[in-house]
Amino acid sequence: MIVRIPGLLRSYTQGVETVEVATAATLADALNTLEARFPGLRFRIVDEQAAIRPHIKLFVDGVLARNLSLPLASAGELMIVGALSGG
Amino acid sequence: MATTRKTTAVAAPRRTTLLLATRKGLWTLASDAARRAWKLSGPYFLGHIVHHAVTDPRDGKTVLAAARTGHLGPTVFRSTDRGRTWKEAAQPPAFKAGSGRTVDHTFWLTPGPASEPGVWYAGTSPQGLFRSVDGGLTWAGVDGFNEHPQRKAWCGGDQDGTPDGPKLHSINVDPRDARHLYIGMSSGGIFESTDGGADWRPLNRGVKALFMPDPDPEFGHDPHCLRLHPRDPDRLYHQNHCGIYRLDRPGDRWVDIGAAMPKSVGAIGFPVVLHPRDPETLWVFPMDGSDVWPRISPSGKPAAYRSVNGGKTWQRQATGLPKAQAWWTVKRQAMTVDLAATVGVYFGTTSGEVWGSRDEGRSWKCLARHLPHIYAIEAT
Repeated sequence: MIVRIPGLLRSYTQGVETVEVATAATLADALNTLEARFPGLRFRIVDEQAAIRPHIKLFVDGVLARNLSLPLASAGELMIVGALSGG
Repeated sequence: MATTRKTTAVAAPRRTTLLLATRKGLWTLASDAARRAWKLSGPYFLGHIVHHAVTDPRDGKTVLAAARTGHLGPTVFRSTDRGRTWKEAAQPPAFKAGSGRTVDHTFWLTPGPASEPGVWYAGTSPQGLFRSVDGGLTWAGVDGFNEHPQRKAWCGGDQDGTPDGPKLHSINVDPRDARHLYIGMSSGGIFESTDGGADWRPLNRGVKALFMPDPDPEFGHDPHCLRLHPRDPDRLYHQNHCGIYRLDRPGDRWVDIGAAMPKSVGAIGFPVVLHPRDPETLWVFPMDGSDVWPRISPSGKPAAYRSVNGGKTWQRQATGLPKAQAWWTVKRQAMTVDLAATVGVYFGTTSGEVWGSRDEGRSWKCLARHLPHIYAIEAT
């Protein structure tokens, strides 16, 4: 599966925009795989109660994911988006 | 338990470096030996909201910075080479899974006492207390506070509190006893632990809470900044939402020392800072807390106020500051002192200016401007 990393998280991937990870059963598994490769990344986008942070959106094959239990068995792409915020 | 209250002479001018934590990153401002010329460096973590950055006085080279961004969760960055290089904490402050609570941001950092090298404390929004024993690399909750059966009663809900979220701040460790801790909470009040954080009790007697149905409650107050004097740890001061207070332990009733402030200025503000050697000398920076709480300098005329007698009387210190139409103020962590023989006093404004005095507040000079909203200043 391809994971598209937004600019605001590329300090964790040494600037790499697209990462390939092994097929994961769920979105939670995919993020755990990412965390193992890029320590610290997961907590910036998922809080300690396993909720996606308010200004982060995760799209699986173009569909907005609402929680980490989403099955990913046949997914081809995970896109991480930092929604507009701040000022 | 009282110790000497006389000022101890300290030799020689010294360079001062200020860590400037802002809404858009971290800067440093370093002086020459005379503290006349200053050099601004940075930004570090550009675009990150940096709530507090502190150098460890025990080794002089470890620096922690509490940061988040508008999108990303909160974290702590750490340097072990005086800020030249940084790494992220492997385990930043976070509540336990299943607790239902989420750290929005780490707000306050306090190095532990000299007897506990590597120990740091962090206060968060919403109110949580965390401890690191490895120099800020990993953090764990202080269960005695975070899971105290009275915590919710003390603090209210996680959505209650100050405009940027309720906060645990002003973590003070008694230098004589590492198990003796004080914290402040907005809202919640001041609390004390004598067993290393295993249990806590309110310490708010005598403090007004005019916004509460009972104006003299046991807890629920809004201390803005609490400082324990390092040379006389039985002397505490705090700037509150409802005045300025002093406490001499083992007493437990705060004395209202804000009543001696000029009525036209009032006794509301965010910061209070203490002379590093003289427990009788302190500074506050009043703000307008009237009507709808504008939170700017009263009448647009900023001034520090200094007391040299423990708050019995106050002197206005505004020489060099704008005389009118200056509508900024100073946040609770954005005022500090250095350790020079003649103490330097520094503050950062909500409009991104840094002001300093090399003569204990008698005159002020603008040291930097055009920075983002300044949240915190610490001097080393």
